[in-house]
Amino acid sequence: MSPVDTARSTAAAVRAGERSARSVVEAHLGAIGERDGELHAFNLVTADAALAHADEIDAQVAAGHDPGPLAGVPIAVKDNLCTAGVPTTCSSKILDGWRPPYDATVVQRLRAAGAVSVGKTNLDEFAMGSSTENSAFGPTRNPHDTSRVPGGSSGGSAAAVAAGFAPLALGSDTGGSIRQPAAFCGIVGAKPTYGAVSRYGLVAFASSLDQIGPFATDVADAALLLEVISGHDPLDSTSIPKPPLSLSSTLQQGVEGLRVGVVKELLDAEGIHPDVASRTRAALEALEGAGAKIEEVSVPAVIYGLSAYYLIAPAEASSNLARYDGVRYGLRVDAPTTGEMYDRTRTAGFGAEVERRIMLGTYALSAGYYDAYYGKAQKVRTLIIRDFEAAYERCDVLLSPTAPTTAFELGAKADPLAMYLNDVCTIPSNLAGHPAISVPFGSGDDGLPVGVQIMAPAMGEATMFRVAAALEGARA
Amino acid sequence: MSAAATGLPEGWGMVIGLEVHCELATETKLFCCCPNSFGDQPNANTCPTCLGLPGSLPVLNERAVELAMRVGRALACDVRRSVFARKNYFYPDQPKVYQVSQYDLPTNEHGHLDLPSGLRVGITRAHIEEDTGKLTHVGGGGRIHDASHSLVDYNRAGVPLVEIVSEADMRSSDQAREYVAELRSILLATGVSDAKMEEGSMRVDANVSVHREGEPWGTRCEIKNLNSLRSLGRAIDHEALRQIDLLDAGDTVRQETRHWDEASGRTGTLRVKEDADDYRYFPEPDLVPLEPSAEDIRRIDAALPVLPAARRAALAGAAGAPTIGAVAIAVERDLDTLALEAITAGADPARVLTHVEHNLAVEGAQRVSAAHLAALVQMETRGELTATQAKATLAEVVATGDDPAAIAKAKGYEAMGADALETLVDGVIAAHPGEWEQFRTGDDKAKGKLTGFFMGKVMQASKGQADGKAATALLRAKASA
Repeated sequence: MSPVDTARSTAAAVRAGERSARSVVEAHLGAIGERDGELHAFNLVTADAALAHADEIDAQVAAGHDPGPLAGVPIAVKDNLCTAGVPTTCSSKILDGWRPPYDATVVQRLRAAGAVSVGKTNLDEFAMGSSTENSAFGPTRNPHDTSRVPGGSSGGSAAAVAAGFAPLALGSDTGGSIRQPAAFCGIVGAKPTYGAVSRYGLVAFASSLDQIGPFATDVADAALLLEVISGHDPLDSTSIPKPPLSLSSTLQQGVEGLRVGVVKELLDAEGIHPDVASRTRAALEALEGAGAKIEEVSVPAVIYGLSAYYLIAPAEASSNLARYDGVRYGLRVDAPTTGEMYDRTRTAGFGAEVERRIMLGTYALSAGYYDAYYGKAQKVRTLIIRDFEAAYERCDVLLSPTAPTTAFELGAKADPLAMYLNDVCTIPSNLAGHPAISVPFGSGDDGLPVGVQIMAPAMGEATMFRVAAALEGARA
Repeated sequence: MSAAATGLPEGWGMVIGLEVHCELATETKLFCCCPNSFGDQPNANTCPTCLGLPGSLPVLNERAVELAMRVGRALACDVRRSVFARKNYFYPDQPKVYQVSQYDLPTNEHGHLDLPSGLRVGITRAHIEEDTGKLTHVGGGGRIHDASHSLVDYNRAGVPLVEIVSEADMRSSDQAREYVAELRSILLATGVSDAKMEEGSMRVDANVSVHREGEPWGTRCEIKNLNSLRSLGRAIDHEALRQIDLLDAGDTVRQETRHWDEASGRTGTLRVKEDADDYRYFPEPDLVPLEPSAEDIRRIDAALPVLPAARRAALAGAAGAPTIGAVAIAVERDLDTLALEAITAGADPARVLTHVEHNLAVEGAQRVSAAHLAALVQMETRGELTATQAKATLAEVVATGDDPAAIAKAKGYEAMGADALETLVDGVIAAHPGEWEQFRTGDDKAKGKLTGFFMGKVMQASKGQADGKAATALLRAKASA
């Protein structure tokens, strides 16, 4: 791993005129050039645009203006976030050639804060997967061990930060797609409260679960990035009408007196590797050592989370992905009739996992099955929220492993169900709409990073980041 | 309902339920800021959201919701918590390949509409949804299946609609037409829509089924996209007869969607129920539920204008009973306030309504003041103006806004006194003794026939100044003397 400056120190240096944005961006483009051939974190590196943008930042500084809290900080953007005029592929052939005419709200906010996008990162096609192997453009590899996956679906963003290609990256998290790759790559990744960050310009996978969130090398950088991208957006009806989150100022307040619960059902879940369980217990002890009150709590309904998720997410996806029909943009495979054109285009354009989930979701929503599948899954969702509420009466935050194992080898989980089990600890927060963060906490016997997940109630990010910072401090 | 009123063969009845799609008169579309306007260059009024581009999201137009709730309250509906839903189907008229509509929780439910004839039609629901784009199929028969290519215009995609679904409470095409006409007048009166059937801002689908009296209703068929009252009536009558013919021949009616071909005057199959789509409705996750407060509903109610039914009742109350048709016309033309005020000012109700119905179907009629109309009718009642003269005077009032007395004077209209009229009538009788004898001794039929003859002579002799009504009365009095 190349040691990288934090986004905070870089922005401070650029704002003070001590370092040029161009030199920062050039250094990172250099790192990308050296190693991304091996890792394939990026689908597209926008070097020219990044350098031009860096020059603009430097000109602003020279003119006495402040480019913003992320001045000159390189950032990698997951390739399911719309970037005006720049191809946005979702790592799918179906979006071949499509360039959005607009920027996602988060992309606009990054630019307004002075961050410099260096490119679009690889993902599991349409964010459906946990290894970034389901990309139409080939897998991304884990910078810690290139025989291993970086996790997914935001594997490209996680690998980019872990490899020092950029100090910050944006991902999206529908069932763990930020937190699990953060854990696998040994970095920090957070999924905010549903509605805390605008989804406008995020190509939808499962609309009621999708959230955009930050990757960073440490908790304070992740907090800074989340502050920049959060806050109400009138273009997203599910956006919470509140000002941006305030996290940095309370980050170092410690955990003295905070009540931390470990979720019994997630620590004991099937497939949790002993190394991961022991690192999670070590994290608990570290927090206790820092003054937190520790207890074991039960959130019984989380054991149904995976089942509910794999009905709700595919159902919404089947509808969200219907628009890729070859009529208006992206791939079209011509055929004699409209119906055959749809068939051929979608068959050629979607990979196996996307196809599988579209079929699952279509079935789950079909007349006569709705109540048994989608309807019931929504009830489970309500139960999970209720059980979390009960737990949060006793605890300020909850703790669990982020993923059951450390990063696995490419091709190790060819069985879709084995792959789905990776999300068992992360899915409950998406179903509840709650925030959760993965913080690296040591490594397993295999030498690969282990992540610990801290969960909080809706809009509980400030406390969650405080605990994350304390855990990070205890790690050293 | 008797068989005669339906136009069906003896012993048969029909039942009709209607679905009316109506575009709401908003400035912008339902989920984006694009203009809601008709007739622009194709695809001029589009953006990422109404083109359904990846990553775009809908933001609900509050004005559209307000107008939809206004429709609901005008139709006596319960306005309630509602949830948008996605209706999924593959067809290029919807850029998202689903339509945002409402499904199990519509904004408006359980209302009714009272028609001028007295029939009350139940309103099942009136829900909000987005319109689709417009497809033009080039080559072949104008359908997507045999077209060489299709052109798509998304200007209409995302335009806000309410779909008003009636109960199957109508039993004849006349009632269906009356329902649509009344609904249209409400949409116009409430300012909710321009409701132009010919431009497609109001479109009607009709569900029709028939039965032999005493037996259960048969399988229904839906006729889509009827775009005039005339088409609606013809299509329903044709469809009912088609179903009866099938049943008479021992065949069965298939449940299907049919289209109406105005040129041939027939309905034809669009698709049969067996291959109907499963729309896989589910709650739209990109929008939050609508939760109107009691205060919102009070505000909507307070802003509602007096509705046509109440206006008709007010005018009919003032005018007396046998004037239903004329009263409905007065309200339809927005002349009911004028009529009501003229009647209140002392003018004869029947004559007021006659003028409204026959002489004020003109541009500018709404500018006539009630005082002028009342004065004119009173001059007429006093015999100072004949009906013909009153009509001519009224036309001048509309054109100039002048006082009717001044106009009548300027035109040289003056009352022909009773004596002068009698002298004139006597002269006409004397000049036509043969006809007079036939008139005097003839039956009512003969009298009726010869009245026309004598009135023609009287008008000729008086150069149109005689009061026809008074002259007729005089003739009859002399004949029976």
